[in-house]
Amino acid sequence: MIKKNNRNNNDNFWLSGNEAIALGASEAGVKVASGYPGTPSTEILENLATYKDVYSEWAPNEKVALEVAIGASFAGVRALATMKHVGVNVAADPLFTASYTGSRGGLVIITADDPEMHSSQNEQDNRNYAFAAKMPMLEPSDPSEAKEFLKKAFSISEEFGSPVLLRVTTRVSHVKGLVSTGNKEASSVKAGIVKDPGKLVMLPANARKQRVELEKRLKKLENFAETFSYNRIEWGDKKTGFITGGISYLYVKNAFPEASILKLGMTWPMPEKMIKSFADQVDELYIVEELDPFFELHIKAMGIDCKGKEVIPAIGELNQFIIKNAIDPIKNQTVFDSVELPPRPPNMCPGCPHRGIFYNLSKLDVFVAGDIGCYTLGFLPPLSAIDSCVCMGASIGVSHGMSKAMGEKGIGKMVAVIGDSTFIHSGITGLVNIVYNNGYSTVIILDNRTTAMTGHQPNPATGVTLQGDAAPALDFEKLCLAIGVKNVVKVNPHDIESTYKILKQEIDRPEPSVIIAQAPCVLLPEAKKDKKAPCTTDLKECTGCGACLKLGCPAIQWNPVTALDAEKLGLKKKKQKGYARIDELLCDGCGQCVTLCKFEAITKKEI
Amino acid sequence: MKENGNILFCGVGGQGILLASEITAYGLIEAGFDVKKSEVHGMAQRGGSVVAHLRYGDKVYSPLIDPGTADIELAFEIIEAVRYLPFLNTDSRVIVNTQKILPPGVATGKMEYPENILKELEKRKIEYIPADGFAIAKSVGEIRTANIALVGVLSAYLPVPEEVFIKVITGHIPRKVDENIKAFRKGRKLAGT
Repeated sequence: MIKKNNRNNNDNFWLSGNEAIALGASEAGVKVASGYPGTPSTEILENLATYKDVYSEWAPNEKVALEVAIGASFAGVRALATMKHVGVNVAADPLFTASYTGSRGGLVIITADDPEMHSSQNEQDNRNYAFAAKMPMLEPSDPSEAKEFLKKAFSISEEFGSPVLLRVTTRVSHVKGLVSTGNKEASSVKAGIVKDPGKLVMLPANARKQRVELEKRLKKLENFAETFSYNRIEWGDKKTGFITGGISYLYVKNAFPEASILKLGMTWPMPEKMIKSFADQVDELYIVEELDPFFELHIKAMGIDCKGKEVIPAIGELNQFIIKNAIDPIKNQTVFDSVELPPRPPNMCPGCPHRGIFYNLSKLDVFVAGDIGCYTLGFLPPLSAIDSCVCMGASIGVSHGMSKAMGEKGIGKMVAVIGDSTFIHSGITGLVNIVYNNGYSTVIILDNRTTAMTGHQPNPATGVTLQGDAAPALDFEKLCLAIGVKNVVKVNPHDIESTYKILKQEIDRPEPSVIIAQAPCVLLPEAKKDKKAPCTTDLKECTGCGACLKLGCPAIQWNPVTALDAEKLGLKKKKQKGYARIDELLCDGCGQCVTLCKFEAITKKEI
Repeated sequence: MKENGNILFCGVGGQGILLASEITAYGLIEAGFDVKKSEVHGMAQRGGSVVAHLRYGDKVYSPLIDPGTADIELAFEIIEAVRYLPFLNTDSRVIVNTQKILPPGVATGKMEYPENILKELEKRKIEYIPADGFAIAKSVGEIRTANIALVGVLSAYLPVPEEVFIKVITGHIPRKVDENIKAFRKGRKLAGT
């Protein structure tokens, strides 16, 4: 029988792409792994943390994670860095130069891209990084390949002395499929300190030499790609040929099972001779790839005639249906149209501490520069209290930039909200900038004691490591004071009234201030353990004013009534259009709504 | 029974949909099928609409179900049963958990919960089976078995013997195994086999 975590069983088991990658890392003999959580990459390290033979850690951001992996590679062990697509932007600085230094122990960087933006702010195509950073890239199509390709990436890295990118997408990371266990491998490199300044100290004189070496290495990799078994041709009907890779290969296989396919397991560099030979033997050539015309541009540059983005969409995810209809439309097929329904967007949980802050911000005339996390949902009505969101850490810089643009007119209006993990990731330098350059923004650190959106990963302020071991906890208050912020205040975001007063006082200041809104995420075990009594509504006291509904709490539900019902139910006002009721099963008992009800219709239940 | 199929699971975050789809997948794998399942994590989890695609057969390539090709839809909530209409066809079998969870627009009084929305399925001649997973769960004394009760209903339409599912539930559900098995059996009976 297939068991989820039975690693001793030399058999098939059923894993997500991310779980398969963790297994692959263990089988590849990875010694050090570092990353920052980000959908769809997060579960790779979470799973890897359960393997005792691999050291793994959450880094404060992706740049640090990659630098850690580079260091481990310099020390001659196999090293892995994991991140989501936009995380590679943060890590791009070390990435580009790691190509110059090259790797010693195998070095693999996983980029987990999110076409369709299921949980991201953009859908950039990170295959472009392979080209730009002059680094080989492999791209698996399913969990089984994800494991195998990772192992292969390590052997390529050691054979050529180059870091290797492994690109997965949401439909590889979060797809589950059958995976078989394989043999354990070991690095061919001897671990230890080796001084090699000509290769590792990238100042201009050395870098110029490595620049030349890099081109030689890329040439060798191009030759390797021609015979690499993961680039394979599946001959079928030669009328139509497809060049594809990653998840798109599976869609093509489903849409056109009879066609000839060149599957590129290695995205970069591309095997020009193999591609030319394939193109020569098929009547019509299609390039099927999600997002950018990456293959298409390079294939067209080889002088090969093909069709790509003129028929295949460049926006969002593909699937077999889109591909089939783009090339050979399905006739007489009617698909039901969708029916208009009340939407069900994600929402902050009942009892979420962020809700109290956003409720208060919605009452103030301020521009709220937001950031990346659960709290970005503060943008949604009825709170509608986030005015911008760009990338991790941007809230603070954006707020400062606006304040400099507005001058004195902006005083009392500039707020940045940022989560605890995001502040550590890339907010600290922004705060340093505000202090250094005499800004006046108020930065609210939403400290819910975890990295919530990605599924509750610990961070440097939580006092525990990835493995759950105790660690020193970063003290936000001391840090902000040390940076030079004179006004640092802590608030309990569930306490609506006193938080409002402090917000008003700090935001109005013509100098920088930091408010640390501290209350644990309701989904954390520590918050669950401290179970509070739910709130309850007294039907006879509710006037149907709707004040509590402005919180947008999923536990508070509006019940419309007719005039007749209102009388029958004994509601307070005759013309009442409805009443609010708290679903006690959903309610967390945070009590934010109790303060909002001026008619004492909401009370805390006695336990 | 068909030897390959597409099952669409849908509902609201927190209803135990992913566990239900896991148990279904393990049942099919034990019965010898290749299975792929696709779901989305991260932002989509927070109380929003949740969907998982499961495909089984001799060999499964794409993990995604094409529009109009879901053989079975297991909907954990009434509105959600209709939300994924473009995946259905007139031969699709829809199992609807008769639970209502108010979307935010309804809960805040800005919209109304669409009553009799299942008539949208009837209008298109799509057969549906109502199932009260919560009632079954209560009857076995553990309200958190509603999802497994619904897997019980679904199981009646899959080429997997009952005892295989019982083995899977025993092996994969850490707590309240007996209650889960009872809920599964009651669900399966409800489907009339």
